[in-house]
Amino acid sequence: MKKYYCFFKLRFSTGIQYRMASVTALTTQLIWGLMECLAYKAIAEASGGNLPMNYSSIVTYIWLKEALFVLFNTWAADNDLFAMIANGDIAYELCRPVSIYSMWFSRTVGARIAGAIMRCIPVLLCAFLMPKAYRMTLPVNRVSFWLFLLTLFLALGITVTFCMLVYMLCFFTISPQGWRMVLTGAVDFLSGNIIPLPFFPKKYLFLLELSPFSYMQNVPFRIYSGDLVGGEAYQCILKQVFWLVTLMLLGIVLWKRAEKRIIIQGG
Amino acid sequence: MIEFNDVCKSYRVARRESGLGNAIKSLFKREYSTINAINHISFSIDDGEMVGYIGPNGAGKSTTIKILSGILTPDSGNCVVNGQIPWKDRKEYTRQISVVFGQRSQLWWDIPVVDSFELLQAIYSIPAPRYHNKLEELTQLLHLEELLKTPTRQLSLGQRMRCEIAASLLHEPKLLFLDEPTIGLDAVSKIAVRDFIKKMNEEHKTTVILTTHDMQDIEAIAKRVILIGKGQKLMDGTLEDLRLEAESIESENESSETDIDHIIAHLYAKLNIM
Repeated sequence: MKKYYCFFKLRFSTGIQYRMASVTALTTQLIWGLMECLAYKAIAEASGGNLPMNYSSIVTYIWLKEALFVLFNTWAADNDLFAMIANGDIAYELCRPVSIYSMWFSRTVGARIAGAIMRCIPVLLCAFLMPKAYRMTLPVNRVSFWLFLLTLFLALGITVTFCMLVYMLCFFTISPQGWRMVLTGAVDFLSGNIIPLPFFPKKYLFLLELSPFSYMQNVPFRIYSGDLVGGEAYQCILKQVFWLVTLMLLGIVLWKRAEKRIIIQGG
Repeated sequence: MIEFNDVCKSYRVARRESGLGNAIKSLFKREYSTINAINHISFSIDDGEMVGYIGPNGAGKSTTIKILSGILTPDSGNCVVNGQIPWKDRKEYTRQISVVFGQRSQLWWDIPVVDSFELLQAIYSIPAPRYHNKLEELTQLLHLEELLKTPTRQLSLGQRMRCEIAASLLHEPKLLFLDEPTIGLDAVSKIAVRDFIKKMNEEHKTTVILTTHDMQDIEAIAKRVILIGKGQKLMDGTLEDLRLEAESIESENESSETDIDHIIAHLYAKLNIM
């Protein structure tokens, strides 16, 4: 266990090493978040407040999304790992007494948490200091805060196990481009990273709820903002656990198959 | 220690003629050819031996190393190292071996070398006192004092290779595979690396298998040489045997080169393995 913690720690410390990147990212996130708030404010005013989520929940959702952006975006998967598969540096990973799946899992989680911590504190600070109409709110109550934290970690787990699937598929295709474009583009849209899921038409939403994508960031952000409460919230947690386990098993099976037919590229 | 018995490994390679037309054609119908990277190779190596594994480019040297280190699974044949089959239980097996690939890096690119070392300490679960003793020993022998705190990306090739070799010995492996460890190094670094490997073998009885194109590496390190070409074993003996073999071929030839690289080049040419 300790070795996987070390991967986490190492990736974490690498992640917090580049300060300038965090500052520039902060600016992007603030401007982007503010722009989204403005858009939803316009929509809210035009529709007379008749929205699938109430306006203040939307604002909170947006700021959480911007603050924790790195935790959940799938297109920013670990490029080092793709490179390793494509150029054969995976050879070194394979001659160590560690499980590749666990090692890559912990380093991806580490990198994401590091990135998120570097960004979330300043973004959240600014979000709480915004003019009233664009201000982020505190969680509705204490229970929803704890549920938020729990579902946040489950959602991160689902996102990372999904990325692991993409890594594993690259053993079969060598070039990561195709898989990444299709899968990460789809996930971005289907997980509520572009528009919150309640805005989707009802009949598609039903289909979406059968996929793992609606159990990523959608759940914690809506619990925090009070949009998802009571029995529905607990049901979502169960489904999160289900998807976490399923995707992880799938990833491990895929890895076992890849391991047998591995080829080291580049001599 | 190592029993390598009748092992074969082939790769499937997609091939096509040059040009756009053929590129489009290969979208629909792909032609593959099979390359026998190693073809019924057998040898055995005892504890504490230092063996040079030589042959022209593409002879199957790296493939052998990768099978021995558990990375690749062969198509057929047996291989037992220290009573274990390398690719069967990779996690358990790799505890006692170490590999250095001269053309790749195991150190993390953007963090100080010593952080990579500490990660390795965790990976191999090396107890702290043993780790510190070993690190001290390696630091002295390979002159790493200045380098440990530098990020890997700012090291020169020779400096990095010294760190790579240190990294691979932290867990005191019984068996060390070196795949072209001196590639691209200057004379000083080469000599440092060779002396160090010899010392490791003398002091810790580490078994060393080394592939290289640098015949001086072989002269300096390996008492025994295995020559392979086109996936087949052609010779197994001392460097002296190799020289004699080359000379017997040479005698028909008018040239009388004494330089080891020329001798080897002739040998490769005569054996038709280029």
